[in-house]
Amino acid sequence: MKPDFLILGNGAAAPARDIPVYEIDRFLQGIIDAVDDGWRISSWFGVPTPGGATLYCVLSFKQDGQIGIMAAEAGLSFTSIAGLCPQASLFEREIAEQCGIVPEGHPWFKPVRFHRSFVRGRDAWGRPEADPILPGIMDFYRVEGESVHEVAVGPIHAGIIEPGHFRFQCHGEQVFHLEISLGYQHRGIEQALMGGPHPKSPYMIEAAAGDTTVGHSQAWCMALEALSGCRVPARAEALRGIALELERLANHTGDLGAIAGDIGYLPTSSFCGRIRGDFLNMTAMICGSRFGRGLVRHGGTGFDLGAREVDEMLARLAEARRDLTNAVDLLWNTPSVMGRLENTGALAPDLARELGLVGPPARACGLALDVRRDHPFGIYRVAQIPLVAGHHGDVCARSMIRWLECEKSLDFIGEQLLQLPGGPFRNPGGELAPGHVTVAMTEGWRGEICHVALTDASGRLARYKIVDPSFHNWQGLSIALRGQQISDFPLCNKSFNLSYCGFDL
Amino acid sequence: MIRAMLARIRQGHRTTGYPRVPAVLPERFRGYPRLDPSRCPGGCHACGDACAYGAITHEAGTLRLDMGKCIFCPECVDACPHEALAFGNDAQLSSNTREGLVVLSGEERQKTRAMGDELISLFGRSIKFREVSAGGCNGCEADTNVLSTIGWDLGRFGVQFVASPRHADGLWITGPVTANMKEAVRIAYEAVPSPKIVVACGACAIGGGPYAGSPEASDGIGGLLPVDLYIPGCPPHPVTILDGLLRLLGKIR
Repeated sequence: MKPDFLILGNGAAAPARDIPVYEIDRFLQGIIDAVDDGWRISSWFGVPTPGGATLYCVLSFKQDGQIGIMAAEAGLSFTSIAGLCPQASLFEREIAEQCGIVPEGHPWFKPVRFHRSFVRGRDAWGRPEADPILPGIMDFYRVEGESVHEVAVGPIHAGIIEPGHFRFQCHGEQVFHLEISLGYQHRGIEQALMGGPHPKSPYMIEAAAGDTTVGHSQAWCMALEALSGCRVPARAEALRGIALELERLANHTGDLGAIAGDIGYLPTSSFCGRIRGDFLNMTAMICGSRFGRGLVRHGGTGFDLGAREVDEMLARLAEARRDLTNAVDLLWNTPSVMGRLENTGALAPDLARELGLVGPPARACGLALDVRRDHPFGIYRVAQIPLVAGHHGDVCARSMIRWLECEKSLDFIGEQLLQLPGGPFRNPGGELAPGHVTVAMTEGWRGEICHVALTDASGRLARYKIVDPSFHNWQGLSIALRGQQISDFPLCNKSFNLSYCGFDL
Repeated sequence: MIRAMLARIRQGHRTTGYPRVPAVLPERFRGYPRLDPSRCPGGCHACGDACAYGAITHEAGTLRLDMGKCIFCPECVDACPHEALAFGNDAQLSSNTREGLVVLSGEERQKTRAMGDELISLFGRSIKFREVSAGGCNGCEADTNVLSTIGWDLGRFGVQFVASPRHADGLWITGPVTANMKEAVRIAYEAVPSPKIVVACGACAIGGGPYAGSPEASDGIGGLLPVDLYIPGCPPHPVTILDGLLRLLGKIR
């Protein structure tokens, strides 16, 4: 039977003592039962204790917009549920790495980011304290047999992209299995946030994943605002929504161009490469930074838009819409492009659900998930964006979803610019309430972003947990590549376009 | 095919004219700082106190801003009640030396000089970089990538990013060099044939950027590798990157 959770709305705070604490087996069974009932694990993490760790699990249920949280005390080990509940797998490995406790019976028990645990001298793999922890040192999955060969690439890749290590088990061109080992970008953001907020904290959040500056800083600010009881002015909510959709537009446009580029279809690739910049420059028009640095601030926004800027942005938006439509339509009208996109890297919906996928890769499989609709926050409480979902779960579906979302975002920004509420754009933030918990979820352009904050008795951050959408989705890329040709990897990878730094933190 | 040609006509030619034509930057772009300590009353350290990264100091009639530590957030400007400091619209920020990134009120500005004659004769017309992303947030990588799109067309200056350090004349480093990337950076550097140059692109590569002081990162590549060009910004604007690079190659003087 599923235990009772502390139910929170998105971006609401409650006293941490209201979180129900269960005996560990009931807690784990509760996760399994909730996932069976259609809940998703949005976040699961540990706070180290002398005898093990306090585990907190945040589950979300889209049907009625509920976010549930529960806790348990774990000793130096607990029973792994990854075999029964695949979406728990990576969370368990992360808990092991951060808290130095072992999920017994985990089927793929490996480090995640290759760093020391938060507790000195406690290591889930028993690695000696004196030895350095080297990235990528673990047992990779291997396929043995005649004609089976292994291709290993990274951490430095051929293009200008972030570091990661990939191992393909291949039979000729066919990929049996792909294993992805990350952690090279690990900067210790979660450790650095403990005891905060520190003066550097907002900038670390903005740079958790640079291309998702607005998505992450919105979640951070929602968490602080919930804990400090700060009300965000309507004008700021609208500006934040505009910035979030501009971020989506820039990245989706870049991805559509990059997907075209990987097919070798250069017209769309070239045009989109430039149009992406047009959207980044619109963000820079608001705040001076192409990536939205300094835009979302505790209590509102760091910048306002004047009437002249609104007019200019409307004009630029109309121009960009014409250019983008023209550039992207070429894809759907070119049979050789469609031939390459269709049936490549297809992922079955039930697998996507079991793995807990989010964002465009999930929606491309027909999973109708979108935080903006399911757990509305900020401006989306009053202005909805239609959800777009596909069917086939292949590269074509992931590309098409991006385009359709671009259309919706363009409409949304246009509407919001025409009806910007008056009044201030920032209210003063306050001190954080002691002993509280909050969950803030936003829909970044890659999907669900979940931040959980727990404050201590003096109102400092005892624990701040960040889950980037990539954390849910990397395994999806791995599975989508099974049975594909190794030459399909760049295209599959691009259609997922996951964040290394957002994952590594 | 006919659709692609029509689209080509519609989209037109959009490559930036920079450096022949000055770049148009957003009005709110935060570029080269303007410091005016004559406006500062004695004892006011509001700007320095607002900076989370210790990039600003105010002493005895002198304002000092270290662009290598600065992440170009607007907090110092917002905090100053006397309008003694502002970020201008000038995107020329790079320097050959770490000290060259320090903006000192009253001191003349040093712009990036071209590398030595021998290197210019080797690399001035054709230079290839191997980019190594060593931590960070992918912002610098994104705006470096942009330079190879048609909007900037870096190839027209003979600059190219290549797939292997063995094919490269230099390393292009972004990110604070995380503990987990230190070894890869070292191996990549050794794999580049000499003579070679190193570019530190972005606040992270220069001094750790937003993660300065993190025990999991190295506060940039200073001390790990010799650096020929520092490009500040978080992330640097593509114009800042292009400008610094063209100055190093002696194409802008």
